[in-house]
Amino acid sequence: MRTVEIVCVQCPMGCKLKITMDEENKISDIAGYTCERGKQYAIQEITDPKRIIPSSIKVVNGELELVSVKTDRPVSKKLIPEIMIIIKNSMVTAPVKVGQVLVKNILGTGADIVATRQVNAK
Amino acid sequence: MKSYNTDVAVIGAGAAGLSAALAASREGARVLLIERNEDSGGILNQCIHNGFGLHYFKTELTGPEYAFRLAQMIEEKSIEVLTQRYLLDIDSQKKQIKVVSEKGIEFINTKSVVYTCGARERPFGSLLVPSSRACGVYTAGVAQRFINLENKMIGKSAIILGSGDIGLIMARRLTLEGVKVQAVIERMPYPGGLVRNINQCLKDFDIPLYLSHTVTQVRGDARINEVVVCQVDEKYCAVPQTEKIFSVDTLILSVGLIPETSKLYGKVNLDPSTKGVIIDSNGQSSDPFIFAAGNCVIVYDLVDYVSAEGENAGRNAALYAAGKEQDEKITIEKGNNIGIINPSFYVRNTALDIYARVRKPVEKASFVVRDSDEVIFSVKNKSYVPSEMIHIKIDKEKLSRVKKLTVEVI
Amino acid sequence: MNIIIIGAGVVGSLIARELCRYNVSVTLIEKNIDVGQEVTKANSAIIHAGYDDEPSSVRAKFCVKGNAMYTNLSQELDFEVKRIGSLVAAFNEEEVNTITELYNRGINNNVPNLKLISPEQALEIEPNLNPSVKAALYAPTAGITEPWTVAIAAVENAVANGLNLVLEEKVTGIETQDKKVKKVITDKGSYTADIVINAAGLYADDIAAMVCSDYRPLHPRRGEYILLSKVTSSDLVKTIVFPAPGKMGKGVLVLPTIDGGILLGPTSQDLDQRYKEDKSTTQDGIDFIIEKTRQLIPNIDIRNAIKTFAGLRPESPQKDFWIEESQEIDGFINASAMRSPGLTAAPAVAMYISQQISQKYSLKPNLLFNPQRKRIVNYINELGDEEYDALIKQDPLAGKIICSCNKVSEREIIQAIKRGARSIDGVKFRTRAMFGDCQGSFCTFKIMQILSRELGIDYKDIRYNKPDSRPIVGNTRD
Repeated sequence: MRTVEIVCVQCPMGCKLKITMDEENKISDIAGYTCERGKQYAIQEITDPKRIIPSSIKVVNGELELVSVKTDRPVSKKLIPEIMIIIKNSMVTAPVKVGQVLVKNILGTGADIVATRQVNAK
Repeated sequence: MKSYNTDVAVIGAGAAGLSAALAASREGARVLLIERNEDSGGILNQCIHNGFGLHYFKTELTGPEYAFRLAQMIEEKSIEVLTQRYLLDIDSQKKQIKVVSEKGIEFINTKSVVYTCGARERPFGSLLVPSSRACGVYTAGVAQRFINLENKMIGKSAIILGSGDIGLIMARRLTLEGVKVQAVIERMPYPGGLVRNINQCLKDFDIPLYLSHTVTQVRGDARINEVVVCQVDEKYCAVPQTEKIFSVDTLILSVGLIPETSKLYGKVNLDPSTKGVIIDSNGQSSDPFIFAAGNCVIVYDLVDYVSAEGENAGRNAALYAAGKEQDEKITIEKGNNIGIINPSFYVRNTALDIYARVRKPVEKASFVVRDSDEVIFSVKNKSYVPSEMIHIKIDKEKLSRVKKLTVEVI
Repeated sequence: MNIIIIGAGVVGSLIARELCRYNVSVTLIEKNIDVGQEVTKANSAIIHAGYDDEPSSVRAKFCVKGNAMYTNLSQELDFEVKRIGSLVAAFNEEEVNTITELYNRGINNNVPNLKLISPEQALEIEPNLNPSVKAALYAPTAGITEPWTVAIAAVENAVANGLNLVLEEKVTGIETQDKKVKKVITDKGSYTADIVINAAGLYADDIAAMVCSDYRPLHPRRGEYILLSKVTSSDLVKTIVFPAPGKMGKGVLVLPTIDGGILLGPTSQDLDQRYKEDKSTTQDGIDFIIEKTRQLIPNIDIRNAIKTFAGLRPESPQKDFWIEESQEIDGFINASAMRSPGLTAAPAVAMYISQQISQKYSLKPNLLFNPQRKRIVNYINELGDEEYDALIKQDPLAGKIICSCNKVSEREIIQAIKRGARSIDGVKFRTRAMFGDCQGSFCTFKIMQILSRELGIDYKDIRYNKPDSRPIVGNTRD
């Protein structure tokens, strides 16, 4: 039996969740949540943790060499190494707008990689 | 030499300054925003990770997105922003600010100033860690600047000293970019950053966290090649025979932020140990002409608080510029187990936002605000750690007759 | 006639400049990428009054003279000297006797205006001095300067007067013929030599060993320092405050720096020859500095520290300078073992050696020699508003501030690069950028941008100080 402590990030309340796992590594108890989203977040964290991935993509002909990017929704943590390879090999030509989709539906997750800042052309 | 005339001059266009300018403008004041860099946004521009704006914008944003939203609002209100201006002087007597840039020396005649210059990182040299002259030591913010904005990689393998949020964020960033982060070292027996970051930056990547440890030596010739780490006791002294040697070429430091208030030395009262601006609940300093907000006052852990405080100072600076009379100020005292408190004074007839940090971690404690023996506000049975800021708001009705306020955790 | 000088520290640089007053070919060879990077860069920066040296020593011969020469030298080469004076504080009877001895020795050495003063007088000069002081020795001619600037300025002026400056080349051998110097060999080439002057600091014994056996062995004596912020601490002391000297030397001091900060140190630790490259600070050293300086100035707040560093002095068994022509090999001159007061003595040593050479070889003067060199002006601190504004209208980069703490403009940084800075430290030591409280956290990336652009080099090839010190390893995205 072990406990996992996490902070829910679904809303500003930041409830501290305590998840108890049994010997077969299945969830036996969840404590600390104050709404259903929190409970679901706890289950997701244990079964298939998801993350928003922030990174940078190379910009061609821009005032800056990099544009900061993120996945527009959380994606499975397991896919991070593969996603990073795609990000490192991507590039975009300036100008780049905030929210611009740079890689659509990355690895079939339904998540896009979007720009989080503006980069003007040189 | 060119002159500008305005009602409120905001110095520093980071989160606090942008918010202050917007609030002052909403109050009807003419506003001029002054910034030393090419763009507004301050440190947000390099904080490409998530976690900003959950309170202020009701959605989770990365740093650049947060800065972009504020910048858009500035543009919509047609607030003038003077970029690449370096602050030379603030003159309370002449009610004038002097700046210099590639355009020359310029003067800004203003009725009030909001100082929002943020904080700087504690440098390696001030830690007094024995070291060779090898290069490869970076404070986390500098490493972040190079990697995220300058497109430059700073090393191949690293140790991070300090488990505050900036260090944790960099642990993840470096790892995702192929740098081998061998460990995060923390002097305290508990982590310095948010639990969420411990999970998403360290646990996610199996980066070990050594609590109650510190760096005792940095070795290398031209570039670092070894960092020595030791366990420490309650007095933070190295415990003999606990040395661990890490072969790395980079040492990243995340060992604290220091309010950047050097331009205010001799002009306003500063906290003797943090060097932060001492302000009242209106954001006003000991010089009525100068208001302050953001990390140059105390170091906040959420940019949402910085924006709220910036708005507060901006609004009140505009009111001051319009000639509003100041109300009576009441002292707010640090009581038991309070390490940091802001503001230091309560101005009557306003609501009061208190930001505090405990000195030592505590469980099942009460956070109490009292006027002598009378309890004005309390929250019971909670746990507190220094790394997580406490924020409470008290309505002005509850404070209408207070004479002196004490904040404590018991 | 070809004169080769090995080592561009303050001693080698000043010798080079002196020799450029004559019609000879002078070459200065330095192994680092910039001048003044070794002993010159990390010391107390003091121009000593000259009461410490026994009258019979070589040090005494050059210290008081060198001290006086700094007035003229600083005007010619346009660098700062502040004659702030020094106090040697005595706290018990034994120490009072010691400083009385120093007083007498100083009189013997012709130190001007030396005075023994009462505790009240000492506390009036230094209010923060430990009030249990019993007496003090006051020397008004003692001063501070910026040692690397002396070397940089001397080399700039020498180059303008014909010096051949060779950087990033290491001397690997010296050829002789018929017991006379003939050639200096480096890792990149060779230089014909009629005279070789050995100013190679810590390695002067290794250089001498290439050519003769009559040399003195050198070992490093480490001195560690702590620097306090000028924003918070500049009022701590006004003079150079010494404790009474002991066996290990002048003791751990508290003194101002030219930049306005406060320096605590040095320690004094003899190291084996093997450690000539070891400029590490140590826990013991740091603790010792804090302990000793608190005895002198009790209210030192060590939280105001912004930097620690260590310097190495080249010490010989005789504990004295060795300024001598080799008896074995003609034309080989040593200017070595220049430990304290090496910086103070350097101008006098340079003049002495150049006069010896000029007399021996009947050198003709260089009629075009111009002794004047102008420094890089720090606009914000030195110009009035009107003047500065007018300058910016002509030259916008003079108004673009790169180092916020020390108010250094892009123009000054470009000037530093045009005048020899090829590394981050090169810019730092010519402009005082990065010296301030943020220790470069806001301006390092900007300085690197400018270095990359002005030198036309990739970030990967920007060095911090040593030839292999590369802060950037590549790009985030290629």
